[in-house]
Amino acid sequence: MFFSKKKFKLASMIACGILASALFTGCGGGEKGSSGGGDKPAGDEIVIGSNFELTGNHAQYGANANNGLKLAIKEVNDAGGIKGKKIKIVEADAKSEAAESVNAATKLISDDKVIAIIGPAVTANVIAESQVATDNMIPVIGPAATNPDVTVENGKVKPYIFRACFIDPQQSEVMAQFAAKDLNAKTAVLYLDSSSDYSKSLGKIFKERFEADGGKVVMEEAFLAKDQDFKAALTKIQTANADVIFVPAYYEEVGKIVKQARELGITATILGTDGWDDTKVVDIAGKEALNNTFFCTHYFEGDEEVQAFIKAYKGEYNNDPNVFAALGYDAGKMLINAIERDGDTSQKIRDNIESIKDLPVGTGKITMDAATHNPIKGIVVIETKDGVRSLRTKIAPVTPEG
Amino acid sequence: MDFIHQLVQQLINGVSLGSIYALIALGYTMIYGIIKLINFAHGDVYMVGAYIGFAAVTIGNLPILPALLISMALTACLGMLVERIAYKPLRHAPRISLLITAIGVSFFLEYTSMYFVTPTPRTFPEVMPNISFNVGGFIINGQQLLILGITIILMAVLTYIVQKTKLGKAMRAASFDTETAQLMGVDSDKVISMTFCIGSALAAAAGVLVGVYYNTIDPLMGIMPGLKAFVAAVLGGIGILPGAVVGGIVLGVVEALVAGFLSSTFRDAAAFAILILVLLIKPSGLFGKNTNEKV
Amino acid sequence: MNSARKRDLVMLVFALVLYGVLQMMIITKIIGSFWELNIILICVNIILSASLNLINGYTGQFSLGHAGFMAVGAYVGVVVTVKFGLPLMVALIAGAIAAGILGFLIGLPTLRLRGDYLAIATLGLGEIIRIVIMNIDYVGGAAGFKGIPHLTNFTWVFFAMLATLFFIKNFVNSSHGRACIAIRENEIAAEAMGVNTTKYKVMAFTLGAALAGVAGGLFAHQFYLISPNSFTFLSSFNYLIMVVMGGMGSITGSIAGAFVVTFISAALASFPEVRMIIYALALILMMFYRPQGLFGYMELTNVGPIKKFLDKISGAKGAAT
Repeated sequence: MFFSKKKFKLASMIACGILASALFTGCGGGEKGSSGGGDKPAGDEIVIGSNFELTGNHAQYGANANNGLKLAIKEVNDAGGIKGKKIKIVEADAKSEAAESVNAATKLISDDKVIAIIGPAVTANVIAESQVATDNMIPVIGPAATNPDVTVENGKVKPYIFRACFIDPQQSEVMAQFAAKDLNAKTAVLYLDSSSDYSKSLGKIFKERFEADGGKVVMEEAFLAKDQDFKAALTKIQTANADVIFVPAYYEEVGKIVKQARELGITATILGTDGWDDTKVVDIAGKEALNNTFFCTHYFEGDEEVQAFIKAYKGEYNNDPNVFAALGYDAGKMLINAIERDGDTSQKIRDNIESIKDLPVGTGKITMDAATHNPIKGIVVIETKDGVRSLRTKIAPVTPEG
Repeated sequence: MDFIHQLVQQLINGVSLGSIYALIALGYTMIYGIIKLINFAHGDVYMVGAYIGFAAVTIGNLPILPALLISMALTACLGMLVERIAYKPLRHAPRISLLITAIGVSFFLEYTSMYFVTPTPRTFPEVMPNISFNVGGFIINGQQLLILGITIILMAVLTYIVQKTKLGKAMRAASFDTETAQLMGVDSDKVISMTFCIGSALAAAAGVLVGVYYNTIDPLMGIMPGLKAFVAAVLGGIGILPGAVVGGIVLGVVEALVAGFLSSTFRDAAAFAILILVLLIKPSGLFGKNTNEKV
Repeated sequence: MNSARKRDLVMLVFALVLYGVLQMMIITKIIGSFWELNIILICVNIILSASLNLINGYTGQFSLGHAGFMAVGAYVGVVVTVKFGLPLMVALIAGAIAAGILGFLIGLPTLRLRGDYLAIATLGLGEIIRIVIMNIDYVGGAAGFKGIPHLTNFTWVFFAMLATLFFIKNFVNSSHGRACIAIRENEIAAEAMGVNTTKYKVMAFTLGAALAGVAGGLFAHQFYLISPNSFTFLSSFNYLIMVVMGGMGSITGSIAGAFVVTFISAALASFPEVRMIIYALALILMMFYRPQGLFGYMELTNVGPIKKFLDKISGAKGAAT
């Protein structure tokens, strides 16, 4: 043997100790839970859960959304709370993975007894969590989960799952129309992040709508999130010589794609979606490269109604909010509103979120569509020129059904 | 654009991507050569190097060259520190324990950095002019040319160090048999420490250059390049410096060709498939020597 | 021989008692649903670490692609239950067979490689499996497979775990298992002694892969959605950590390793910012003080007092019958 018996005994004793303590904590957690069950709103704090990707590949999105949420909650707490009660956020980590998102949500629900959950940021993680939330009748607001399947399953709305953003078909439709009508584009290339549900579904719908408007998608290429070098695929895309390139992806990759595309001499218009909405894109790609690019998003930073939020965010975190931060803030505002209107139980909060109407949030006014649990929000198309963003078009809110 | 033109452009893309893998692989392969450790933390040392360079440029307002040197110096210290604290006590432990320690160090560097610098990516200010050359219709990026040049120069310098200097001799002796080398008067601990020093400085150089070229750095940026660099090192024959460079460039070219002519989604799969094929045909890598194991 | 059987029986009784106690606590809600989920995860992880231990610990073949086999089991399993509407048992068996066949096909050529070369080859194959799954739209591609029925429960995972552990224990103690251990100790010497090293290496690899497939099936039916993201090489690292932390070549070690790693992760869930830092430090410190893992090559059933106790009961029972 490599070690003495005595040493081994010690190790096994430690192991047994850990086992025992694990069982103990396990039970401890459970007991605390069972005694606290039933009367959730008791105490002078309202406990809500934040389940965001704080580690792993999507940490930058999750962390930003979490910052937005924390700002919203801080504002209401600083103003005296809701009817004298402060809101407490319990944070859990979805670890950028579906199963871990379920694990974190389970912890928030069963151990921390949260009254509602905000998050995660990425679609798949919200969908994964939706079942455990539904089973326990805890309302969830996914701030930035734009896939239609998040709130709807088999044609029926999931009663406890909401979102604070528009949905993919709307984005793709707006951009497809913009390409076909405003830019008179005839041909398009799709360049998608094949590791992302978000990107793939946007690409699919863009293709349908763009071809319905008379255009043609001549090439589809893919990359993977966290890629650094896109030149190989871009060289291929260049051969297609299309009028527009549609890149529905997140800002970090987008910045590099635009930069490298321009370096290779691709002059086509590049279109994108709300994942582009971060001022970092300009830093990464460079001002010139971003000329002749357009993307759609939830708000325009020059709008009157978003100034208060941008100012507050800058004051708190000392940098510009990006789209995730803004939507995290909106989700927080929606939940606060639902609690304010006598939402003292999860069930009432659910009902209140469903009936949100013309609520002023960080990015404008929100009305919840009870049939789909999608907020009815406008979309803006933003043009970047010499590093400065300007509003190109504003599409008024429509019911998602239409 | 005809096929040949596209092929040549893809080869250019591949070589420039591969030179980055090669630059990271150089340090990887040196460290592996001497203590036979798959140093999974190497990619994270590269990340720390990038952040130090970033801090020097943004907070210290330094130009790129001093920033690069500061980053290399500090990261070299970090590498030596990691070796001293985490790897040295385990020199006689089973190799797999050392590997787990390396994974632990990797997690530690990633998430300690994330704790302090937040997961949001940072963008390098423009510190180097970014010129693209158009040579007969082929686009060549100036910065990538620079990276390739630096990689080749470093490879030459390192090969010189390893083959011609006293330290190099000691390194080769220690990598051949640490204990016997020690008996012959080689201070193995010092040699290993020096290897980590050089390897980490190389990683830092790669980190800063990649940060400048691709323009973003984030705390998890080292995971994939670290893995790819290891693949490159194995491909070329682990422990062999020119092998690392060739392996890196082969890997880059394969990725570019697969992405350009087949599908980008299978790019990584193809890179691994090539690795496995090479290993099956020549288990010690392209440049490796087959050694017979003894009982 | 006879007393070994009796000892198995005693262990079985202990396991059943443990099952009864835990199940009781789950039903009466003494264990809340968060810890119930984590107990299930611990059981799944025990299957994974024990099966990886068969490859890494007992046969000495350094595999880093375990998550890939788990993914195959998971995806085949959910296709069987969701697309064909068959029961979970069929799904688990199908997943095990699929992962086993793949393990065989991969193992046959790659197990000629040694040490770190094998490690990087298996790591690459694990990633290839994941990338291929990511590109199959039939199973949801990158978005993941949605709408998986929640069929896994504590009873399923516990008995699957128990079956796995007994299987591995008996395999290791059989002549096949002895051959595997001989390969670990010295491959060339084993070959010289007439052990067909390729056969046993591939056998261990195939069995390990098949069992990982079972774990994958159980894992998938616990969650509503599985995505290729859950099966990256980082999760393979995680299973390797469990094996090494517990002790290479010890079943008790695999149990302890899976338990400790899953438990640390769950217990630190309330401190998301520092969770990974603490975990990393725990890993490094653990390797400092016990580089051979908690149990090394030892089994809990062979430790002095426990062995005496077991011998006493099985011996006493033996005398009675």
